[in-house]
Amino acid sequence: MSTALLRTIQPNHFTLLGTALLRRTSRSNISVRCSGSQATTTTTHEAKQPSQSRVAPKNHGSNKLDEILRDYEAVIGIETHVQLSTFTKAFCSCPNNYGSEPNTSICPVCMGLPGALPVLNSKVVEFGVRLGLALNCGLSLSSKFDRKQYFYPDLPKGYQISQFDIPIASGGYVDVDIPLEFGGGHKRFGVTRVHMEEDAGKLLHSDTGDYSQVDLNRAGVPLLEIVSEPDMRSGIEAAEYAAEMQRIVRYLGVSNGNMQEGSLRCDVNVSIRPIGQAEFGTKVEIKNLNAFSAMSRAIDFEIKRQALLYNQGQEDQIVTETRLWEEGAQKSVSMRKKEGLADYRYFPEPDLPEVILTQDYVDSIRATLPELPEAKRRRYEAMGLGMQDVLFLANEASVADYFDAVIGEGAEVKLAANWLMSDIAAYLKNEELSINDVKLTPKELAALIAAIKDGTISGKIGKQILFELLAKGGTVQGMIKAKNLVQITDPAEIEKMVLKVIAENPKQLEQYRNGKTKLQGYFAGEVMKMSKGKANPPLLNKILVEKLNAKD
Amino acid sequence: MLSTLQPPRSLSLLPLRRFHCSKTIVSAASSSPATTSDAASVSPPQSQILTTRRSLLSGETTASEIAKSYLSRIRLTEPQLKCFLHVSENALKDAEEIDQRIARGEELGPLAGVIIGVKDNICTEGMPSTAASRILEHYRPPFDATAVKKIKELGGIVVGKTNMDEFGMGSTTEASAFQVTANPWDLTRVPGGSSGGSAAAVAARQCMVSLGSDTGGSVRQPASFCGVVGLKPTYGRVSRFGLMAYASSLDVIGCFGSTVADAGMLLHAISGYDRFDSTSSKQDVPEFESQFLSVDRFESKPLKGVKVGVIRETLEEGVDSGVRSATQEAASHLEALGCVLTEVSLPSFSLGLPAYYVIASSESSSNLSRYDGVRYGNQVMADELNKLYECSRGEGFGGEVKMRILMGTYALSAGYYDAYYKRAQQVRTLIRKDFKAALEQNDILISPAAPSAAYKIGEKKNDPLAMYAGDIMTVNVNLAGLPAIVLPCGLVEGGPSGLPVGLQMIGAVFDEEKLLKVGHIFEQTLKGSSFLPPLLPNVA
Repeated sequence: MSTALLRTIQPNHFTLLGTALLRRTSRSNISVRCSGSQATTTTTHEAKQPSQSRVAPKNHGSNKLDEILRDYEAVIGIETHVQLSTFTKAFCSCPNNYGSEPNTSICPVCMGLPGALPVLNSKVVEFGVRLGLALNCGLSLSSKFDRKQYFYPDLPKGYQISQFDIPIASGGYVDVDIPLEFGGGHKRFGVTRVHMEEDAGKLLHSDTGDYSQVDLNRAGVPLLEIVSEPDMRSGIEAAEYAAEMQRIVRYLGVSNGNMQEGSLRCDVNVSIRPIGQAEFGTKVEIKNLNAFSAMSRAIDFEIKRQALLYNQGQEDQIVTETRLWEEGAQKSVSMRKKEGLADYRYFPEPDLPEVILTQDYVDSIRATLPELPEAKRRRYEAMGLGMQDVLFLANEASVADYFDAVIGEGAEVKLAANWLMSDIAAYLKNEELSINDVKLTPKELAALIAAIKDGTISGKIGKQILFELLAKGGTVQGMIKAKNLVQITDPAEIEKMVLKVIAENPKQLEQYRNGKTKLQGYFAGEVMKMSKGKANPPLLNKILVEKLNAKD
Repeated sequence: MLSTLQPPRSLSLLPLRRFHCSKTIVSAASSSPATTSDAASVSPPQSQILTTRRSLLSGETTASEIAKSYLSRIRLTEPQLKCFLHVSENALKDAEEIDQRIARGEELGPLAGVIIGVKDNICTEGMPSTAASRILEHYRPPFDATAVKKIKELGGIVVGKTNMDEFGMGSTTEASAFQVTANPWDLTRVPGGSSGGSAAAVAARQCMVSLGSDTGGSVRQPASFCGVVGLKPTYGRVSRFGLMAYASSLDVIGCFGSTVADAGMLLHAISGYDRFDSTSSKQDVPEFESQFLSVDRFESKPLKGVKVGVIRETLEEGVDSGVRSATQEAASHLEALGCVLTEVSLPSFSLGLPAYYVIASSESSSNLSRYDGVRYGNQVMADELNKLYECSRGEGFGGEVKMRILMGTYALSAGYYDAYYKRAQQVRTLIRKDFKAALEQNDILISPAAPSAAYKIGEKKNDPLAMYAGDIMTVNVNLAGLPAIVLPCGLVEGGPSGLPVGLQMIGAVFDEEKLLKVGHIFEQTLKGSSFLPPLLPNVA
């Protein structure tokens, strides 16, 4: 439900920084409203250059910021790591299961014991090809693995098996529809490359901070890393790109795409440049983005931070560094400055042969690709649905499949969309279920829609039985019969009830006839009650008005 | 410069019986019945594996008897030789199990009762496996290397772990963190390396056969120095799973034996595709054993028509004259057996050594990263992570290993990669091409195994370049991934009774069969060919 999440983002980009500035200002009595920029520097840095922050203009309201931001363009690139939902790890046969007891899913290979060798899980290649095709990439029919070397306790071999100069897929793109509340529009973002690699283990730090432990369950879990072109220009665009990645990997079934579990991790690179400048500015990496909304906010925070530094002539303080987003504080802090480029001393992994793909293999995978979110959105749009409906329905493959099945049963498109987006969505949310869990089959939803449309039952009755169908299943016709819910469309029968209600409410009738015509609703309700909701509303109202206005 | 000591037959004057004291050892381990001083009547060496099989099946002796005799020889000779880093506590038990199987009439594996030494960089479950490095001191792997597993399944008895240069880096076995192994031919000399322990143990009949590993000559050069047969298979023939990697694209597990047949049969036992090693080959493993005919079944010119190329570049400057003449005599012997000799030139030959050291060091700098003290092996306590790495590795690795890690790290660094690693790979391609062309014209190629015979302990310890230069004969074969066998072909002056010199035969990819055939006939027809080291001092 990424789109739904995104919709909760405040469209006013500047509110956040405003509060951050206020907090800073109230803490220190000197006028450091520009401290939005200062927040970026380390304590030592602040100590060294206290005067610089005072030099800054005193008043940065949102309007001022707006003005500053207008002069700059943000350039955003994203590296997405997708954990693949293979049964076993990338280079050994250990089960790939999230959440097991530490160090229970390990073997000599993923522990990096002496003499152990990696053997490639062919599913990883298959998933790489699937994702590569889905992202409109060209595939390398002959690619290879390389070793990326660095020391860290969660990296058992002292190198990560990855792909360096020949990734399995490269040169693709992804199409995204920006939600209307963020300006709408269709965007295409470039995908530089997709490559296969293995995940590292996890460090578990003790509460006291005295020691750390290493859990190697995750070591060797297969990943696909997707590197975007620096095509995004705002937090929203970046978040929509990432959300689309999540949709795609879920549609493809290559990953559960769960951000909280770390199955989908995005590292974002942000730089800004004065509008019109061709060269990129210094890029800053942001990590620890656990939700699309956080990503959007973190990027906008970073853009503002950099714009302010630029504006104050302090662009030299924008340095190549990694910053951590702190969701609680709604700001980022510097994690480490990078001294030059890290030298990973890549070289071809001698323990693994080249990865050779045949065209037949690629074609066979292409043949099994499902309809992807972008294609679905375009199809729904062509059906005449509004963008809000389109985005909702195409967001999850299961919902889209359900919707397609309902309209496949002949249901009217707009009505089917409405049912799914309102009552059924609300039900799913309350019950914490997915569309696959409900007992109501697409066929019966179509039947329900048809029954209302042809007047067999009222919309109100329809809603009533919907919940029973969702929870218990059964057929619409069966339920209508069993509960005797068929709509009363016989004018004589309705007239009988109308007359009875009027007769029982002489006082209200008098008031009505004295001009309080609002009371029509009251009479209608009473009739409906008497009919147990089955009276055809237009007919009921027509007869009711006739009788109320009739002079006896 | 050493000169050839003629005739090599003099060696057979040193009867094996005087090598030790126990009678049972003689019967069990006699690879050579040479007990007579009449050189001309020396019969060719016999396969210890086949002898063992025959004597077990006939009931002439028992596996326990054999194991006991080897264990007692190890006890007797180890103080001087120091071939083993660890001697198995289970060898006798394993032998008893085989005897029980014989008693029950069960089928025996082809290696039943065969006493086998395993180089310490090859993992043996529950037995120390340290690659002769402090950083793995006391490390016991939870699994057997595939080669070891196969040996055990076929009835072989792993008698112990043999000494080596730390992680295979060295040519003398002096770079072991634990001990220096002596050459059984002259205790003041090195056994070669890095598989010096495995070679010396076979030479001294501490075991029948042994496993070594060969990255740049580590099986063949010590085989030459110790006067035993060393077989380096084609890259991919034997699974590397469980072999502690030095340079993954060059490493192979190889075999030592006192005869070509033994080395060949051991190779057969450990060969074949292994799903745990993606670089192992699915190529069929032929039944080598049928090649090992007895001499009386040879034709008059048993190698008639076999085309042998003598590599010109291996007999030029820098090769001891004794080695050169021994090689030339070996060539003549092959000619006498019917081979057609031609001289071949490998223009890229001299490029191999630097290319080898760049590639091997680069890969080793990566392969040895896992020894970080975090999960196993030597860990030095420290307050800070980088200190932990620094101290654990600083104290755990020896000088030679550190030097190669530094060289390799440098060669792979950004800005140097193209000049070193990439260029070395291009050289490798050239070398492969040259060998391929030469092997299209010839069935096998021959060269010395090393430019000299065994040198003194300590002689080249402080001159790494001189030591590296000694690898010139062997490294090209690893770069090309080809199979090669080294077998003793003569003796040169030195030591109490001469020093052995090995002939290297290089074959086409996956054509070990031809090497074994030619090698076997060469060995069986070499006059007075019992390469037994002289009496060890202080062993009465």
